[in-house]
Amino acid sequence: MEKFNVLNGLVAPMDRANVDTDAIIPKQFLKSIKRSGFGPNLFDAWRYLDQGQPDKPNDNRLLNKDFVLNQPRYKGAQVLLARKNFGCGSSREHAPWALEDYGFRALIAPSFAEIFFSNCFKNGLLPIVLDESKVDRLFHEVLAFPGYRLEIDLERQIVTKPDGETLAFEIDPFRKYCLLNGLDDIGLTLRHAEKIRNFEDKRKLDQPWLFG
Amino acid sequence: MTPQTLYDKLWDSHVVHVEDDGTTLLYVDRHLVHEVTSPQAFEGLKLSRRKLWRISANVATADHNVPTTDRKLGISDAVSRLQVETLDANCREHGIVEFGMNDPRQGIVHVMGPEQGVILPGMTVVCGDSHTSTHGAFACLAFGIGTSEVEHALATQCLLQKKSRNMLVQVEGALPRGVTAKDLALAIIGRIGTAGGTGYALELGGGTLRALSMEGRMTLCNMAIEAGARAGIIAVDDTTIEYLKGRPYAPTGQMWSRAVDYWRTLTSDVHAKFDRVVQIDAGTIKPQVTWGTSPEMVVAIDDRVPDPDREKDGVRREGIERALVYMGLEPNTPMTAIRLDKVFIGSCTNSRIEDLRAAASMVRGKRVAPNIRLALVVPGSGLVKAQAEREGLDRIFRDSGFEWREPGCSMCLGMNEDQLQSGERCASTSNRNFEGRQGAGGRTHLVSPEMAAAAAIAGHFVDVRQWR
Repeated sequence: MEKFNVLNGLVAPMDRANVDTDAIIPKQFLKSIKRSGFGPNLFDAWRYLDQGQPDKPNDNRLLNKDFVLNQPRYKGAQVLLARKNFGCGSSREHAPWALEDYGFRALIAPSFAEIFFSNCFKNGLLPIVLDESKVDRLFHEVLAFPGYRLEIDLERQIVTKPDGETLAFEIDPFRKYCLLNGLDDIGLTLRHAEKIRNFEDKRKLDQPWLFG
Repeated sequence: MTPQTLYDKLWDSHVVHVEDDGTTLLYVDRHLVHEVTSPQAFEGLKLSRRKLWRISANVATADHNVPTTDRKLGISDAVSRLQVETLDANCREHGIVEFGMNDPRQGIVHVMGPEQGVILPGMTVVCGDSHTSTHGAFACLAFGIGTSEVEHALATQCLLQKKSRNMLVQVEGALPRGVTAKDLALAIIGRIGTAGGTGYALELGGGTLRALSMEGRMTLCNMAIEAGARAGIIAVDDTTIEYLKGRPYAPTGQMWSRAVDYWRTLTSDVHAKFDRVVQIDAGTIKPQVTWGTSPEMVVAIDDRVPDPDREKDGVRREGIERALVYMGLEPNTPMTAIRLDKVFIGSCTNSRIEDLRAAASMVRGKRVAPNIRLALVVPGSGLVKAQAEREGLDRIFRDSGFEWREPGCSMCLGMNEDQLQSGERCASTSNRNFEGRQGAGGRTHLVSPEMAAAAAIAGHFVDVRQWR
């Protein structure tokens, strides 16, 4: 997993609440047995005028010019500004895979759906929760100023706006540590292998029917 | 001792290790595996040369991609076929029990699991599928995980979790005639919203719940995720134990008695503290229909499509306007005036035997309306299908003009051929009415099996309380 430290990125606004994982990456792309290459199909149904298929090249497809990510001013965006309950719906990790593959490294919203939120951290994608009023202000500013960028400092837990104003955010220390160091959860957990084995041995005595 | 909630008990009994910030290594008793969210996890294991921690904790089935028509022909879509074959190969390689596409026990993972007795009270149950919350009906701590966590569970038999807060939804009173667990689930979501349960483990309790069958309880817990709660939980009672008795993977003999003694303790203590309590009067609930593109966009059948002009909040108003455009609906239209093109009875929410019986009772001796292009019944598993056929339900459906299919997720998410065409409107017993969920441009209205069946006959939504 790629380390996350300081990001200075162009911001793109996704101005609707309850953006679900079916919208982020439609189901036909879930048939893949790979975990890369989903970026061109991020928000597929909103981004293109025709319907995408997993085995269909995307280069010559009809773009929906009105869709926010198709506007030239947001090309190369790395920060996605969103509304409440972003990522609701299914547990598909294809959603953060698609966002990451597209080039996003951080997401800002008043709230995220839980499974999606957790999935982001496993893929070097930082979801930041800010107050609804602050997010609302950011939406106004992004729309008003082309080329609007934010600096996100994970170590200091601060988002800095172009005018120098800073917005602090919360993050679990353990998740922060893993993201800063690009650590693999499984490797970390296996340091506790002995504890897991002991727990399991006790469980076998207490509830043997679970191990039939 | 401090009184504990059921969630507290389930959590505490699975803690292996706690980090300084409260991040907890939680032991996983049962891992359900399906073809869509597992291939990258198995690939990850292979690349890092890691082994499965406890093979017998895993049970697999193919459900999302499988065709619901004649299985002898195999899967025609090459990409889907590869995914199902990859699951078969991974299970074979690691020795995981799998109910493959042609096994009579194959079915939707959340129907197959309880049916086989691989889900037992007090377990932690995980699966790379958000509707894993279903298994909370058995007093399990059950929740959906992403593929990285699938790999983590396979390799370590644990997951890194933060404890949620406790919410209790207390439902009292009898559900009126024609009102089901599905209507209760939709009414709860309508009340607390699709993010209302975010950050909470949602226990469902009260007299109404005690009177529900396990099928009804599974429907409710299944929809907990649509209220934002990763897990829904219901305490153990006689109904739970009765359901489990004699299931293939349930304990027997002395072990059974020992297990039952433990299972009886799986309830919230009388004075347990919840962070939030929501009271619901079951007697006031009417049959529900969603009108929009989020499960919280729901009204009673005798109500109308909402008018965005009456919404004061800007983001919400835009949400309503956008949903109405997508759904092709005019504000203030009576719900009973909405005409349909397709009807889908199935999914991990409503494809169990009780659901099929309820739907069949609505359509017996009647015909599907001419404007309905397709009315599908997709049983949740091969065993549900066989049971329904023994009871003659397949005949009732077929005689009425429904198609009777093979088990799988089918048109709930349309990963196989069962899809809506753009603009088609469907009464569906599934769980999500998101844009494009059942097919690009498709329009989904979530309802109970009774409501879907009656709508198929009438050609539009009807109030099942006045049916017949």
